[in-house]
Amino acid sequence: MDRVADRLSALGSTAALELRGVTRMFGALAALTDITITVRPGERRAVLGSNGAGKTTLFNCVTGDFLPTSGTIRFFGEDVTGFPPYERIRRGLRRTYQISALFLGLTVRDNVYLACRGVSRARFSMLRPSVNDALMQATERLIEAVHLTSVRDQLVSELAHGQQRQLEIALALAGAPRFILFDEPAAGLSPTERRELVEILTALPSHIGYIIIEHDMDVALRVVESVTMMHNGRIFKEGAPQEIESDPEVQELYLGGGHE
Amino acid sequence: MSLIQEARTREGGLAARGAVSQPAAWSVTEHPWAWALAALLLIMPLIANGFFLIEIFGTTLILGTIALSLMFLAGYGGMVSLMQLTIAGFAGYMVAVFGVSGNANISLGWPWWLATPTALVLAMLFGTLGGALAVRTEGIYTIMITLAIGAAFYYFTNQNWAIFNGHTGINTIATPHVLGINWRTDIAFYYLILAVAALCYFAVLYLSRAPFGLALQGVRDNPRRMAALGFNVNANRIAAYAFAALIAGLGGVLQVWNYRQISPGSVAVERCIDILIVAVVGGITRPVGAYIGAFIFVILRTFALDFLVKVGLDGNRFRLLIGLGFLVIVLFSSDGVIGLYERWRKRGQAGGARSRPGGHGHG
Repeated sequence: MDRVADRLSALGSTAALELRGVTRMFGALAALTDITITVRPGERRAVLGSNGAGKTTLFNCVTGDFLPTSGTIRFFGEDVTGFPPYERIRRGLRRTYQISALFLGLTVRDNVYLACRGVSRARFSMLRPSVNDALMQATERLIEAVHLTSVRDQLVSELAHGQQRQLEIALALAGAPRFILFDEPAAGLSPTERRELVEILTALPSHIGYIIIEHDMDVALRVVESVTMMHNGRIFKEGAPQEIESDPEVQELYLGGGHE
Repeated sequence: MSLIQEARTREGGLAARGAVSQPAAWSVTEHPWAWALAALLLIMPLIANGFFLIEIFGTTLILGTIALSLMFLAGYGGMVSLMQLTIAGFAGYMVAVFGVSGNANISLGWPWWLATPTALVLAMLFGTLGGALAVRTEGIYTIMITLAIGAAFYYFTNQNWAIFNGHTGINTIATPHVLGINWRTDIAFYYLILAVAALCYFAVLYLSRAPFGLALQGVRDNPRRMAALGFNVNANRIAAYAFAALIAGLGGVLQVWNYRQISPGSVAVERCIDILIVAVVGGITRPVGAYIGAFIFVILRTFALDFLVKVGLDGNRFRLLIGLGFLVIVLFSSDGVIGLYERWRKRGQAGGARSRPGGHGHG
């Protein structure tokens, strides 16, 4: 009966991502306390907060790197709370990492190809793909989309920091993503690279929603329609970017230091 | 682990100088002298007599194939497994147990064409189960758990008389006779070994650029990210152990046909460590390194004794020479002899244009 109820509610549900009462303890330390968030499909949201607010832990719980101590996580209506990361990724969830998590011993092309392969069938095929293989072509398109064509045959360990960050994003765009978690994609980027990043984010198809953790307000508030503020592992405030920016409490806590 | 990481860092350093563009690109076609080597191996029976043909070159290719299975796991998967020789030995024992031998009370007397595949399948099962245990660990713990499996198997063969015939082992194991040829005569056996070694070598090369091998290299570089790309990392690792076990098993079958006997001494712990030495000395980042390491090891093992006696030392200290050689090579080149060669080659090309522009895709 429960399963039927689950499926019915999944049909009616419109949320891309739904967290209910998610708590994550590390020993006695609560990294996340009672987080409840609902994100619509296609919605773009920023999660702001100081270091240690629990933003990355939140991402790790959503992707399954950590299991929440309590609470449930639904992805497009399906309860994925106990799923291993790869099962969530195969359902259309993607993420990028604050510190680039790339395959340094492989070329740019191999990195992107693996990303495309991971969300396709026969991911452990023992046969080499042909040049005309659909995934090979998808790989080339994706490399082009993040402006890495000129370095596609180089080892990732040779790339400049900005290029590694672009590759980091490319890996999250492979396949058919439905929802992406961006963890500080602008970290360490030059102003020009930041502009390119904003372009890439705003050019994403409108059905792809995302949550972005970003300290650079110029980037964060330009690419989202809603903002969640976190503090000490709790949700502290939610609203539109303008509301958050002008909120006196928020200004005092997070933006104040910079303005005074 | 750190050894492999260091080797790869050095590789990256080379690449930064614009010399290498693909670490997995070591293949016959890019090295003109490789054709010469292949030709030499093919006409070897014309050059070498029985002793050199089997005791040096045949043994090198067998040992190299077992080391290749470790290279596949360690170089591509970042998993240093010390049980590869144990798997080879297990396959050898199974050939003896299911096939024909002098110990009629133990051997079931199956024909070789039934006993050999059975041995290989069981070896793969052994490797897969061992791998399933080992993938729960990382780095030094993988080494420990696989070494423990190797040690356990050694003591088990010593004490089990019903199947493994205890410390006596199994003797006079029959070798195949097919098409009127006795495949254990020197020349036929040499070509059999060469064919199996070449098959394994090219299979590993091919796989390194197929999705399975690429995914394994992804797991080596960043397992967490692989999971975040939709890969079941542990399944990939266990499958790699299964494939490596097949290669090790093939080496083990050849080994037992070579000596026609097998005893616990063949699967002793120091034999397991020899395989690590072979792979590291040759260069654990390239398939060909396993065979280069095996050649150096066999040469040292065969001639170090005579050499030591000649310079007035105890011949039994030949392992000292092997140890010193190992130390020197690892000290000067963390990616083994093949790394030394590549650095020398790049130095020759320094200032030249970038090697191979693009093109080296998945095709």
